[in-house]
Amino acid sequence: MAEEKKGPLGDDLSRRQFFTKLGLGSLSIAAIGTAAFSYQYLEPNVLYEPSPVVNAGKPDRYPLDSVTLDVNNGIYIIHSQEGYFSLSAVCTHLGCLTAWKQELGIIACPCHGSKFEQSGKKIEGPAPKPLPWKRLWLNDDGDLLVDRSTDVPALARDSFVRV
Amino acid sequence: MAKTVDQYFAGLQQTRVWRSIFRSGTGSSTLKRALAIQQNVFLHLFSTKVRTRVLSFSATWYLGTLTLGTFMILVATGIPLMLYYHPSVPQAYADTKDLQFVVSSGMFLRNLHRWSAHAMVFLVFAHMFKVFYRGAYRPPREFNWVIGVVLLLITLLLSYTGYLLPWDQLAYWAITVGSNIASAVPLIGNKIHFLLLGGNAVNANALLRFYVLHCMILPLAAMFFVAIHFWRIRKDGGLYNHDSEPAVVRTKSPTSPESKSPSPITEAR
Repeated sequence: MAEEKKGPLGDDLSRRQFFTKLGLGSLSIAAIGTAAFSYQYLEPNVLYEPSPVVNAGKPDRYPLDSVTLDVNNGIYIIHSQEGYFSLSAVCTHLGCLTAWKQELGIIACPCHGSKFEQSGKKIEGPAPKPLPWKRLWLNDDGDLLVDRSTDVPALARDSFVRV
Repeated sequence: MAKTVDQYFAGLQQTRVWRSIFRSGTGSSTLKRALAIQQNVFLHLFSTKVRTRVLSFSATWYLGTLTLGTFMILVATGIPLMLYYHPSVPQAYADTKDLQFVVSSGMFLRNLHRWSAHAMVFLVFAHMFKVFYRGAYRPPREFNWVIGVVLLLITLLLSYTGYLLPWDQLAYWAITVGSNIASAVPLIGNKIHFLLLGGNAVNANALLRFYVLHCMILPLAAMFFVAIHFWRIRKDGGLYNHDSEPAVVRTKSPTSPESKSPSPITEAR
């Protein structure tokens, strides 16, 4: 019986086993690297999406006690007795665009029937959360601006804009 | 004497060019017919010899073959549709309308693609129910059932990704709702949503990603798994026929004498 060869590292590995392990190890590292690079590639670094900040125009466009839906930007501008505020019009259930029902005085989602109050509070339906309030402020030109990426507390004093 | 068409064809089969392509040779002997299957790159996935009773309509209702048929119609109609369709936000909807109303035979191809897609989903489910209620998923065919589930998911994803491409209101909101369902996955849901759409909302990136998935990645994946699915039919003992299964597999009731055998599965195979 031939004596088992000692590997270059002095352990029980033969030369062939050593190179096999080295090869498989390198391939494993390369595979992990490929997976990492693939993931990074699939995740866009720059998005050409519309800005979250929307110019909603002059406050006098919105009469007192009115709810105005901005279809393109998915927000409501509401002029209530307490002042102006902005509400997301995107249903918290699965992202459909809700609609203001003037005759019922509620916000309703056409997809799965969620219903909300004018303040965004959930009345019923599959929606798990109320419609969030969005930051609203007046810029130096006197235009109402909405930041759709920033939520503000519902019905809080600071969440209203008074003109 | 004028030659018949059959004689011309027989002569053609003797030529060197024909014999270099089809090596099995001609003739209707059992060996030649078996070789014709075994030496064909597509047919060699199947058994060289099949009992006629497993090919009877009642055995399978041909549901798997019909599913493959709809898939082939979808490939054959989908490729010409790609020649007129641009997966971009300004063009997608206009191109779809052009295909429907302007391009010659466009309406025919598009409607054939649509109806075949509906038929394929229906047939995949029918095939699955037939296999389930006949018990054809049982060992040794259990892995082919798993492949079948993968094919069901690929079929549904093909349907879902194709839904967005017309870029109309129906498509837009269906994909908005569908991708938001993906967000419900615990922990990584929002990441899946972001990667699937290539952004935070259904937009140009999402349209392109769904197009690539629909026309390239998912069809290739489907073909890969269909090949394994067919090959496994042969490897697992051929098409399932209820009447030709050994009694030990058919009867599982504890009172039956066959069930006393220690391992019905090994005995059956």
